[in-house]
Amino acid sequence: MKGTNEMEIRFDSRSENEGFARVAVASFMTQLNPTVEEVADVKTAVSEAVTNAIIHGYDGRRTGKVSIRCRIHENIFTVEVSDTGKGIRNVAEAMQPMFTTKPEQERSGMGFAFMEAFMDSVEVESEQGKGTCVKMTRAVGKGREIWTTQSL
Amino acid sequence: MKYQVQENCLTVYLPREVDDHNADEIRREADAVIDRNHIKYVIFDFEKTDFMDSSGIGVIMGRYKTISLIGGEVWAVHANERIRKILTLSGITKIMQIYEEETV
Repeated sequence: MKGTNEMEIRFDSRSENEGFARVAVASFMTQLNPTVEEVADVKTAVSEAVTNAIIHGYDGRRTGKVSIRCRIHENIFTVEVSDTGKGIRNVAEAMQPMFTTKPEQERSGMGFAFMEAFMDSVEVESEQGKGTCVKMTRAVGKGREIWTTQSL
Repeated sequence: MKYQVQENCLTVYLPREVDDHNADEIRREADAVIDRNHIKYVIFDFEKTDFMDSSGIGVIMGRYKTISLIGGEVWAVHANERIRKILTLSGITKIMQIYEEETV
């Protein structure tokens, strides 16, 4: 797919919606003709970001709103997950692997590490008391076009 | 949560998707069974699982913490390529063996 295409969804901060969010994003992404692995990577990253919004942003409160905005431009897939929850005090600290503010809930502290591992870029903007926005990008179909050109 | 107990070994049959939404239930029920049956070995069976995020890693780490106190072990079986990638990336394979075949 060439050109630009966007979509936006907004849903309550309930854990039931985590599965919905993954599937909605994955389904929008299919127009880029991604590999199974690319879809799985993006689903994992989205799941981490949405879980963070629900568990940390809203502290498990089910009445907050989580927004996801996806944008396709050429072969670049961008997804932004935002909440209007409590925000992150220290983003650099939060992004350290194994760092968690909720060890009593057995959180692995791997959320941001997974997002960074599965996406090409992860940017976090957060303000205490205002909310957090996680913006991630991923180039889809890297190398596939080169391969096609060579085969012709 | 589907599970099976054989002597001091608990097999947890994980659902299709392991995320924050169902991690709590697995955690709670597994702990109850571990407590009641003096479980020393926990096997996580990924046969049906095609999605897991870091919430699942938290579940495994938590059970490991409990049973490692009595010298127990956690194993993973039937993990597909995707699940193995998640497990390896998380570093949890340092404390958990992944079995590729029907070894249990």
